[in-house]
Amino acid sequence: MQASMLADRQAQVWARLQTVTDPELDESVTDLKFVTEVEVDADARVRIGFRLPTYWCAANFSFLMADDMRAAVLELPWVRAVEVVLGEHMYADKINAGLAEGLSFQQTFGDEADGDLGEVRRTFLLKAFQRRQAALLAHLLEAGHRPESLVTLRLDALTRLNFDEAGAALLSRYLERRDVAAQAGEPLAFIDTEGAPLQAETLSTYVRALRRVDVNAEFNSALCRGLLHVRFDTETPLTPRRAAPLDQTSRAPA
Amino acid sequence: MYRTASGEEIFVIDGHTHFWDGSPANQKNVHGKQFIECFYAYHSNLSPAEEKWPLEKFEKYDAQTMHDDLFVHGYDDMAILQSTYLTDFYKHGFNSVERNAALKNKHPERFILNGAFDPRDGNKGLEQLHADVEKYKLTGVKLYTAEWRGDSKGYRLDDKDSYKFLEAAEKLGVKNVHVHKGPTIIPLNKDSFAVGDIDDVATSFQGLNFIVEHCGLPRLDDFCWIATQETNVYGGLAVALPFIHTRPAYFAHVISELLFWIGPDKILYGSDYGIWTPKWLIDRFMAFEIPEELSKETGAVLTLETKKKILGLNAARLYNIDIEAQKSRIGAAGGYDHLAAAYAAE
Repeated sequence: MQASMLADRQAQVWARLQTVTDPELDESVTDLKFVTEVEVDADARVRIGFRLPTYWCAANFSFLMADDMRAAVLELPWVRAVEVVLGEHMYADKINAGLAEGLSFQQTFGDEADGDLGEVRRTFLLKAFQRRQAALLAHLLEAGHRPESLVTLRLDALTRLNFDEAGAALLSRYLERRDVAAQAGEPLAFIDTEGAPLQAETLSTYVRALRRVDVNAEFNSALCRGLLHVRFDTETPLTPRRAAPLDQTSRAPA
Repeated sequence: MYRTASGEEIFVIDGHTHFWDGSPANQKNVHGKQFIECFYAYHSNLSPAEEKWPLEKFEKYDAQTMHDDLFVHGYDDMAILQSTYLTDFYKHGFNSVERNAALKNKHPERFILNGAFDPRDGNKGLEQLHADVEKYKLTGVKLYTAEWRGDSKGYRLDDKDSYKFLEAAEKLGVKNVHVHKGPTIIPLNKDSFAVGDIDDVATSFQGLNFIVEHCGLPRLDDFCWIATQETNVYGGLAVALPFIHTRPAYFAHVISELLFWIGPDKILYGSDYGIWTPKWLIDRFMAFEIPEELSKETGAVLTLETKKKILGLNAARLYNIDIEAQKSRIGAAGGYDHLAAAYAAE
């Protein structure tokens, strides 16, 4: 196989990894500099190395990210096998062995777990939904949209509104997570985590309450980046990240 | 003691300090090494460059260094010593009540000593708690729910066994329960930082105060929610406060949210010494104002009155400290001699 083809495949893998988020921070694992290496061999086998800000980062999130990385990369049609390896972590051996054997979290941790990661994954997808929704609502309120019209705004009408560049980014981030709370075919643009409509009278209080989620995530992200930077050299650029345009749309909740 | 530009004195109680031994000689295994190195990463990441220590000093400092950092170079008047055992990681424990008690005995007017218990220790642990409260006159305990113990990787406060210990503690006269959540707790598939168990015990034990260290970080959002609903839940500022240097904008958001949701009477200053030192934390905190734009949004303002509450008045209320009487005791022991000299020099 030609070197250029391998390099292209490597870039495809990086592009897929870009779509995987840290569930807690709601940011891409590549932007966070968690992924340290991507190797593709001539037999179309992929090896991904990653690291986390501390030796103690929670086992569930560590496993989730590894599992999501594997799933995201397996979507590339040419990939025959994916190996994901976590380095310098309290559960590195256990997690790496579990991943290598294709075990679930419950199978990997046995008595230390009482189920798989569906619940924790959903909790954090909902937080991501709240955070993204609050940011978009705040943006629209700031732009002069009235609460009465926002709570009844339909999804198709939302996507037809005129947005500046910042607003368009907020919109696309919100739409990526809207399905976490919205039933299929839900006509309203904005619903709460239960899928219920919002109320005009309490909309600003609602947005204010969700602000807690946003502040928390921002704070954690700053802390995690700082700790990672102290622990590892995060300045040296790794392999070029992307060749293709980003695809942020394909990850569905478990 | 902190003195404002106008000469007003502010009594400072540091809600969270440690006299630990994380040195290689005390480390039992790689986890002990990684534990202190993780603390050191927090220290290195968030401290101003000129306040950074070498790893060796950080691993183990002596009693005099700690005393001077807190009370002579720093503005603390009193400090709460929190005990943390981690006997699976450290041969003689990380920060045992005995080690802390020795420090308190040297400077009884300066320290409030808190013990620790672990519900997994069963009846033996209950007996130990009884003996510790009697011996050290404890009114507070620090709980580290993520501590490893053999095959167990942590416990929850709403476990049956935890209830037994909390009931015993309350009966023995313990008033304040400092709770620190770490990353590993059983079951591992759930969110190990979730604060729902604190909510549960705060409702069940109305006679106890629950001081959630690090304001529940990394679950500040969930913490604000439960602390708003429970009158006996407080937030300790350790870890959040040092962001005042590296990321003042984040700190502004965090303190605004805390003031908005839980209010000025339920936030406690803590340096988390030796991770950070009081001098620079308090210098920056006293100089800090919430940006106007944010204040307009939340209505939260960091007035001098609020700062005094956070720095000392709230902890004094929880620990029954009569500030004037305490000042006399500290003064009589020569604790303010360095201030008199400094003020005279001004």
